[in-house]
Amino acid sequence: MKIKLKGRGIVEGLGKGKALVAKSSISFLGGVNPLNGLIIDKNHELYGETITGKVLVFPFGKGSTVGSYTLYALSKYGTKPAAIINIETEPIIAVGCVIAKIPLVDKLEKNPIEVIKNGDLVEVDGGKGLVTIYKNSN
Amino acid sequence: MYLSKIEEKMLDGEYGEAKALALKLIVTLGEVFKAKKLISIENAQIAGISYKTIGDSGLEFIKDLYAKNAKFTVPTTLNPAGMDLEKWKEIGIPEDFAKKQLEIISFLEGMGAEKTCSCTPYLIGVKPRFNAHLAWAESSAVIFANSIFGAKTNREGGPSALASAITGKTAMYGMHLKSERKPTHIVKVEGSIINELEFSLLGYVIGEKISKGVPFINKFKGKINLDNLKALGAGIATSSGIALFHLENITPEAKTLKNNLKNLEKIIIEKKDIEKAREKLSNEESSTHILLGCPHLSLNELKKIASFIKEKSLTKNLWCFTSRKIYEKAVKKGFVKKIEDAGGKVIKDTCMVVSPLEAIGVLKAQVNSSKAAYYLSSLSNIKVELKPLEEIKKIENKA
Repeated sequence: MKIKLKGRGIVEGLGKGKALVAKSSISFLGGVNPLNGLIIDKNHELYGETITGKVLVFPFGKGSTVGSYTLYALSKYGTKPAAIINIETEPIIAVGCVIAKIPLVDKLEKNPIEVIKNGDLVEVDGGKGLVTIYKNSN
Repeated sequence: MYLSKIEEKMLDGEYGEAKALALKLIVTLGEVFKAKKLISIENAQIAGISYKTIGDSGLEFIKDLYAKNAKFTVPTTLNPAGMDLEKWKEIGIPEDFAKKQLEIISFLEGMGAEKTCSCTPYLIGVKPRFNAHLAWAESSAVIFANSIFGAKTNREGGPSALASAITGKTAMYGMHLKSERKPTHIVKVEGSIINELEFSLLGYVIGEKISKGVPFINKFKGKINLDNLKALGAGIATSSGIALFHLENITPEAKTLKNNLKNLEKIIIEKKDIEKAREKLSNEESSTHILLGCPHLSLNELKKIASFIKEKSLTKNLWCFTSRKIYEKAVKKGFVKKIEDAGGKVIKDTCMVVSPLEAIGVLKAQVNSSKAAYYLSSLSNIKVELKPLEEIKKIENKA
């Protein structure tokens, strides 16, 4: 089953990967290790998961603006996510995605955290603000 | 968003890769916040300078910008670094940390920054004009520039202030719009606010109660001077996202807002709220260090400290943090010698929040600032005890 959702394209580029969905916001500074792409915030629901190559879905960023640099480092070390989808983005993630060249879309017509499930294959077009979800039939 | 011809060329890379990336960053932020256009800024103040804060990720980004020939096109100052850039060995900063910190500074200087390394640019000659557009990143300096000078800056992040320094532009949203600077809450303070710590805690409580918006603070009992306003603003910015407050009869925009005060939510702050905040942030009674200068000490504050300590009288390690410009003045006035003779240190270029204090063995500290208390315990796991200068003076003079 394929679902298409329209949203606001913030950072252009095409990204495709398995979805990794979080209900809570993510602080990249201290929350993600850029060397291996693992979520290292012990209090986060995705603790221990890797974000590398995933389409990362979460409400918005939080914490220090230095978190943008963590996204840049993820890009430099080849551990960045394929794309990011936020409910409504904010400066830390928007700036981080620009400097890391990660496609970013927000404000989808439906809540992405409810529609997208872990493991769904997701395509993101950051220029057009388009998200295509291929539901995992398992 | 509207872009001028020059801005479009810049975005297309006609002025180089670094400017294109920097402008892309600013345009993206403008789109996120629905800005209609970009505006020129008069100067920039960049945060995220300390290696402790930005780590290798930030160092790499700054290094890559430098390698791409980025240059700052407006006067640009820097927030505190992670150490005194000359006397780092004296307080035990590890060699590897120092090497990376000096690299960060050299790239930023290479792009044209002035090595101010301070959270208080307004104390060292960067006095913003009324209505001037700026891109400042240090939250306590942002709230001071907006509130006390009536200048206009959002709370920029490290990377966005860097991008504004390179392009000389920011997007027109938030604090740059007159409509966003109108008060949203009225604050009434009961009782008198007697010292810098209470001003700092009052700010912290205002921020906690409002979190987002623009407080209009009614005239209250307390000595309004530059040092106390610095403490008040830093406190508000610590516990909230607030970038501007108005203070009746004092701040430049307050008098023009008389017609905007009807039907606003009213917040009443009593002395017991301030006492509660002090108890919440204070959790130690056996400090080994006294850390002063969050935000950085003014010359006047250093004078006060120098005047109350006697030779070799200190019971604890007294470390005073300030900018290099104020440091130089304090040397000339003899304040630094007085503090050093008593066994204290005056440390420039850095502060207690962004230096790796926990790594050099500071575990328990007395501070006189709510911002210091909040960040020392959350970022560095240091136990803190909140005391105003007056109390510290009494204790140290008895010794």
